[in-house]
Amino acid sequence: MAFNVHAELRATGDLGLVIEREAGSALIVDTTEHKQLARIDKLGDLSHASVVFSRDQRFAYIFGRDGGLSKIDLLQDKLDKRIVQAGNSIGGAISQDGALIAVSNYTPGGVKIFSAETLELVADIPAEYADGKLSKVVGLVDAPDQRFVFSLFDAGEIWTVDMSAPKQPKIEKFKNVGKFPYDGLITSDGRFYIAGLFGESGLSLLDLWEPEKGIKRILPDYVKPDEQLPVYKMPHLEGWAVADDYIFVPAIGKNEVLVIDKQSWKLVKAIPVAGQPVFVMARPDGRQVWVNFATPENNKLQVIDVKTLNLQSTLTPGHAVLHMEFTPRGENVWVAVRDDDQVLVYDTHTLKEIAHLPAQKPNGVFFTSRANKIGF
Amino acid sequence: MKKTLLLLCLSLDCLAAEPTSVRQAELRHLLKNDCGACHGLTLKGGMGPALLPDTLQGKPDEFLVNTILQGRKGTPMPPWKPFMTADDAHWLVQQLRKGPQ
Repeated sequence: MAFNVHAELRATGDLGLVIEREAGSALIVDTTEHKQLARIDKLGDLSHASVVFSRDQRFAYIFGRDGGLSKIDLLQDKLDKRIVQAGNSIGGAISQDGALIAVSNYTPGGVKIFSAETLELVADIPAEYADGKLSKVVGLVDAPDQRFVFSLFDAGEIWTVDMSAPKQPKIEKFKNVGKFPYDGLITSDGRFYIAGLFGESGLSLLDLWEPEKGIKRILPDYVKPDEQLPVYKMPHLEGWAVADDYIFVPAIGKNEVLVIDKQSWKLVKAIPVAGQPVFVMARPDGRQVWVNFATPENNKLQVIDVKTLNLQSTLTPGHAVLHMEFTPRGENVWVAVRDDDQVLVYDTHTLKEIAHLPAQKPNGVFFTSRANKIGF
Repeated sequence: MKKTLLLLCLSLDCLAAEPTSVRQAELRHLLKNDCGACHGLTLKGGMGPALLPDTLQGKPDEFLVNTILQGRKGTPMPPWKPFMTADDAHWLVQQLRKGPQ
């Protein structure tokens, strides 16, 4: 049959996915029209989920809690392929060349790497750190020169894997990086990998341009053990923020956003905020940083003015504000409000709500513009 | 005999008052979302261990109630005491023992 000339043509650059936590489904959305185009069901347990996009922005890869890896075709509104590759997983990344998808797993602890096209297994890297003991893996990101970088939560290690020769992964291990790294980020130039520590104060830095120099500890005595508040939700470093030579990260066990100088790696300022930050994300131009919070302050969003390093505004989008995503140039931000069953769209200049979309218990929003960014 | 009964009543089972139905709904919500953030929506585990009847077998109620209320030092498990009473925690343990519904 000939191509249907009446069918609506679609490009994918304006599209994104909204994850529906309990239903185990994802909405394909149009970020210009603020509307839902399709719902994809049967994606497993998405109580924790993250998404990467193929470099042509046609396919989305969803990493689910239950070890599910689902490949969605954004042009045809359908699930293209799905595998369950582990018992329990936390996130993933796409390689520099777009050919490989890596998944970080809790059970069994390690990283598995798949063909982006077929989802066939290419490499299996158990995170073994002591006689048969496997560590949960967190903070998995892509890095230049066809590498992946990740952290071993239980082991306190950071590993890099060079996948230039897919059949022979080259692994480099950095040990004693600190107790319980809980997540990691890579700067947008692909140079610095930073793991946040849960078990002790501060962060661990790896300069991928000079890995031989090893791990540098940042803010090692920032939080005293006796002053750390209980943490009701692990912060995320994905969507970390770099603006104006500063890195903005959530403090762990403190109601603060930390501003770190990217040259000296010293603390510039600790900005007091409404609660314990979960996501600390810069608007793409770096003019604002948006922050959401762990329960019980998860009804709020706060906006930091990067020029003054002060709070600019506090918004109350609704009940259980779990995640946010900026449009590629940052004029809008989409906010997943789980318990209100909706996604709100804000104008980031006026800070006014301009649209809302229904979604069932949404917990994540991911736009295709991630396809072109290192670390996303 | 009377003394024995009194002692028995000091155990959690005897003293625990069932939360109201409104409170039960709140606790279920908390279990699904806040506990679920680390232990999984289906309670099969994540950053935290699985909380299924099988995995809890052999762990006394009191130990589990204490873990919920006080958290566990040296792990990411925080104390939930600011958000619930001992009765609430006890009721949650009973729900966990019944398994996902």
